Amino acid sequence: MTDVRADAFDAAPARQSERERVEAENRQLAEERKKIARDGPKLKGEKLAARLDLAWRRPRGIIGWLATVDHKEIGRRYIITALGFFVLGGIMALLMRLQLAQPDSNLIGAERYNQLFTMHGSTMMFLFAVPVMEGVAVYIIPLMLGTRSTAFPRLNAFSYYMYLFGGLMLWGAFVLNIAPDVGWFAYTPLSGPQFSPGKRADVWAQMITFTEVAALAAAVVLTSTILKCRAPGMTLARMPLFAWAMLVVAVMIIFSMPSVALCSGMLISDRLVGTNFYNAAEHGDALLWQHLFWFFGHPEVYIIFLPATGFVSVMVETFCRRPVFGHAVVVLALISTGILAFGLWVHHMFATGLPRVGYSFYTAASMSVSIPTGLQIFCWLATIWDGRPRFQVPMLYVVGFIVTFVIGGLTGVMVAAVPLDLQLHDTYFVVAHFHYVLISGAVFPLLGIFTYWFPKITGRMMNETVGKISFWLVFVGFHLTFFPMHLSGLLGMPRRVYTYPAGLGLEVPNLLSTLGAFILAAAVVLFVVNGLISLYRGVIAGPNPWGAASLEWATSSPPPVYNFEHIPVVESDTPLWDVEGELPVVTGLRVDEKEILLTTVVAAAPDLREPVPAASLWPLIGAMAVGIVFVASIFSPWALVFGLVPCGIAFAAWFWPKELKRNPEPVIS
Amino acid sequence: MILPRFTDDLADLPTHKFGPSSLTWWGIIAFMVIEGGFFMLTFAAYFFLMGHEQGWPPEGRQAPDVLAGTLFTIVIILSEIPNTMIKKAARAGDIPAIRRLILVMTAVGAILLVIRGFEFNSLNCRWTDDAYGSIIWALLLLHTTHLITDWGDTVVLGALIYTPVAYEGRRQVDVDENSLYWRYVWLLWLPIYLMIYWVPRL
Repeated sequence: MTDVRADAFDAAPARQSERERVEAENRQLAEERKKIARDGPKLKGEKLAARLDLAWRRPRGIIGWLATVDHKEIGRRYIITALGFFVLGGIMALLMRLQLAQPDSNLIGAERYNQLFTMHGSTMMFLFAVPVMEGVAVYIIPLMLGTRSTAFPRLNAFSYYMYLFGGLMLWGAFVLNIAPDVGWFAYTPLSGPQFSPGKRADVWAQMITFTEVAALAAAVVLTSTILKCRAPGMTLARMPLFAWAMLVVAVMIIFSMPSVALCSGMLISDRLVGTNFYNAAEHGDALLWQHLFWFFGHPEVYIIFLPATGFVSVMVETFCRRPVFGHAVVVLALISTGILAFGLWVHHMFATGLPRVGYSFYTAASMSVSIPTGLQIFCWLATIWDGRPRFQVPMLYVVGFIVTFVIGGLTGVMVAAVPLDLQLHDTYFVVAHFHYVLISGAVFPLLGIFTYWFPKITGRMMNETVGKISFWLVFVGFHLTFFPMHLSGLLGMPRRVYTYPAGLGLEVPNLLSTLGAFILAAAVVLFVVNGLISLYRGVIAGPNPWGAASLEWATSSPPPVYNFEHIPVVESDTPLWDVEGELPVVTGLRVDEKEILLTTVVAAAPDLREPVPAASLWPLIGAMAVGIVFVASIFSPWALVFGLVPCGIAFAAWFWPKELKRNPEPVIS
Repeated sequence: MILPRFTDDLADLPTHKFGPSSLTWWGIIAFMVIEGGFFMLTFAAYFFLMGHEQGWPPEGRQAPDVLAGTLFTIVIILSEIPNTMIKKAARAGDIPAIRRLILVMTAVGAILLVIRGFEFNSLNCRWTDDAYGSIIWALLLLHTTHLITDWGDTVVLGALIYTPVAYEGRRQVDVDENSLYWRYVWLLWLPIYLMIYWVPRL
């Protein structure tokens, strides 16, 4: 493997000596290369584990903790942070439900109420739902694909810090009483300079910038990992359905997030430097906001929902003890949902007045997206029917999901019809609909998959009995909260209004909703308590407690820092069910430096050996530099100009090697 | 734990390749799609706002002067000549040629940034005037951001290429992919050039 072609040098004497020097260096490096230790039949078991541990372990102490690029640590932090925001968003919801428990209530005033629903929606969408799915994927995808790291682990760390800072900024603003109050969608002209003076709307818009940078970075990491880092033999056709779901989601993020970046960027510039994108007086158009926002906002719903369908496929397979029925159909359904999701955004805008053709087209498109989702549901039902289902806690969430999601899907088809939508627009019927699809479609499978992957992440099982109790509380609490909202919506109760008058028949459904919300909250508390206690007292899990088929269960629980001692080889759709006592592996990766195997995109044939970056503080420093620029730009546009310098330095240092000498094999220091 | 059954040994696999085998190639393609999406949506906003107007530019305004923009366009198209040369040199592992050409590319980037300054001066509108002014400025500013980030990238890579690590194959892959990205930067400029300077003259 020569790095430099000798005949590239011409014959001039100076060049001649340079050429000789490089050739001598090449020879010496080739010698050193032969001495590099690699795994194999001669280096395995405990001796191998000790050396891999040394190579992959991050530096100790607080610096090492901040500098880590281990996907498991970053994934865990992502999940825990997202759950923290979930709890905060949930508290906002409880406060709103308290206010709405009785008519003409004065518990919370109109202004504070506006902040509460804005914080609730923004937190749940941007700081919980999307990041938690990415966090789970960042943790589990490399294990599921049989590799030792994500692609671009430093970008992964950067993504987490950007997300964390965005969330802290939003909640810091809430504490300082400058929280946004314009709804999670921040419609112009309400959010524009004329109707929202002060900094509240800017805080919202910059929170968007933070989380969209984070989500885009994570999407690039996941796409590259899924396409290039799969175990040899794991062809696209054999790839687990969760990896397929995340691939589709990552590509959707890549296509949709620029839209919200653009519209929130234009909003900030309207507010800060006086552009006129949304200013009707100067020929701008408020509807431009709605188009751009929903071109992102609708795919966003599927960005939250599709990972959850991946969870369901994973759990259905394991708990029915057979591969998911119609694997190819499920994959095609995921892809077609991903594509159709970009053709639906206008159905959020039926009430804005559109051409007739627009109405018909987007109604048809909205209804058609229920077809691939329906196909997936039928595939799961067929799997349950044909398999031998075990109704342990994760499977209960699957059943709860299917029942509840179908109801939410049906109300979705209802509001896809324009006449009905015009009647129900901005009422609690819509609130009921999207909580049915988002909570049952994302949170139910998420709680199931937490229970399912908890032993892999912590090494211990969650308590089954408590798990069942919390499932039933979630299920009952959920329906009690949101079913009555269909009725209050049909009775005409508008969304985002802080109270309602007595005597319109709204008292009973609202009281029931509030009661249900507290049951739901109690269920979540019980779930969390179960998790915390099981962390210390749970039954030791062992590598594969559920008898599952995919590769994350081939390593110990919790996995070692290097994930796998040898890189596994995949020979079927369900590798762990089909190996006869021995797992086929490939060898030859370095053990003294971090290295992973890259495979080809479709066939997953071994392609390259790839060095993995060492732990580094630069992603954190880079995120801090970018974060300061974002926050400062709320106050002055010059922040974007002067901020280029620290950001540029941080990113250059991130890329710059620590040692400027050639190594026998590449390392990223 | 399941015991391993040893199959192939991959110690002889290479550690760098050009093109879609490279991991960073995929990263760059992903970022290109992100930026491309951003530009496409800006184009959509441009035509959306244009659709509301009786004339483009709106009555009473003058279309931008074409001189600086056209000069910029000619230079950026010509920059593909050294760009192709450096890409070939990277693939051939010709370090002296890479070192020469990356200076040329850095200089070209600097010249383009200077011309870009004159372009801002010839738009004949301010971003605060109306929606037309806002979107024209947005297009030019976005592409300038593109230009500045790529130029910064080229400078850092250029500095690295003058150290001994230039002889590592992966650095040559970096050069190759940097030229791929430059191709993208100038290709994206062409529709923007038309939208800023010529659509208002239709």
